[in-house]
Amino acid sequence: MILDVAALHKAFGRLEVLKGIDLRVKPGELVFVIGPSGAGKSTLLRCCNRLEEPTSGSIKVEGVDILTPGVDINAIRRRIGMVFQSFNLYPHLDALGNVTLALQRVLKKSRSEAKDIGAAALQRVGLGEKEKAYPNELSGGQQQRVAIARALALEPAILMFDEPTSALDPELVGSVLNVMRELRESGMTMVVVSHEMRFARSAADRVLFMDQGRILEEGAPQKIFNSPEHQRVREFLVSIER
Amino acid sequence: MGRFADTFLNWAVMAQYAPRILEGTWVTIRLALAVAIAGIACGLFLSVLRAFRFRAINVLIVFAVDVLRALPPLVIIIAFYFALPTVGVRMSAWVSTWLALSLVLMAFSEEIFWAGILAVPRGQWEAARSTGLSFLQTLRDVVLPQAVRLTIPPLTNRTIAITKNTALGAVVAVGEILYQAQSAYSFSYNPSPLLLGAAAYLILFIPVVCFGRWIETRFAWKR
Repeated sequence: MILDVAALHKAFGRLEVLKGIDLRVKPGELVFVIGPSGAGKSTLLRCCNRLEEPTSGSIKVEGVDILTPGVDINAIRRRIGMVFQSFNLYPHLDALGNVTLALQRVLKKSRSEAKDIGAAALQRVGLGEKEKAYPNELSGGQQQRVAIARALALEPAILMFDEPTSALDPELVGSVLNVMRELRESGMTMVVVSHEMRFARSAADRVLFMDQGRILEEGAPQKIFNSPEHQRVREFLVSIER
Repeated sequence: MGRFADTFLNWAVMAQYAPRILEGTWVTIRLALAVAIAGIACGLFLSVLRAFRFRAINVLIVFAVDVLRALPPLVIIIAFYFALPTVGVRMSAWVSTWLALSLVLMAFSEEIFWAGILAVPRGQWEAARSTGLSFLQTLRDVVLPQAVRLTIPPLTNRTIAITKNTALGAVVAVGEILYQAQSAYSFSYNPSPLLLGAAAYLILFIPVVCFGRWIETRFAWKR
């Protein structure tokens, strides 16, 4: 297992956001998480690299329990790539600078080595010629692909996507999804929170439906999309059709 | 007109005291630079310390900064020069003025840097930490470069305002521009040296103001 989440609970004060999540992700698997807003999808991802501190439960990444006190969280975090809805590129650095910062600071690569790896990562997301472009000079789709390259360059064991296309103009969504599809085909392990159902149908190995802090239903995309067991899932799917 | 020129633009008096004003200008430059460097460096250090959010330390920082911002700088200078010796701490007029103004600039620049740090979106911290950068690395490589750019306009304003206060050193007889101009005025019984002093301030601070504007445009970048 790359990721093994068991009985994960997370509360913000009195508000229980996650009420016992179990999730196991195998190498090379693409797990898709859908559900209404407020279901706890983002919180689940954010707990997996401790951007949020879980209240209880266990999370293992490549067999290492990341909640053990004194664990080197920075070493674990670079094994878990994270792509955010709002890109969060560093505005004061160009595309290559965004990608190479952690290579130099965390992996202690030399400047030239980091540049080579960073350039290759940008190449991989189709932005080879944009090395010198600053985030404000890039379209949303390009910014998100730089963000993917930034995560990818660290050679993570797993990539987490938190609604990667929600902030994009519709016509730019395709370029990001193409990159994600290409990653999936190259065997990258991925957990994706998204409302791109067509992409889920064609690319996901497994779909989880989350509602009110629980996983209500999970299974192959065909099963979830064509014949869900729960009325709640059916309602949700109908409501987003519109 | 003749009387006006004789009183305020008396070339003979000006020529006589110009070397003293020049000497004072040199003292002002050194004092202002020393204040700017110490004040901004300490302010930056305090804002970084505050970013760690240790409760007890932050209460102390906020208290000290508020007191320093509320007190008139002249009061602090006088306290250092005249009051501290009574408890056995002695410092020269130059050091009292430098220390007082540096502390005031430290307090203001800490608040400005802190506002800049808070203005950097949380997503920047999260993105950096998610790639494995430590807290300090994130602060140094991601947050501060953005925060410092945001702070340049208010910081230059505040730095100019406080370094101009080097003129307060005249009260404790630091031989800077105003002190030299005033004593020249008393000796010559003619206010022309004061005008010379004003000119010295203009020559000194107008380039600083322009430099501030240049640096604002130089470091501005579109989001």
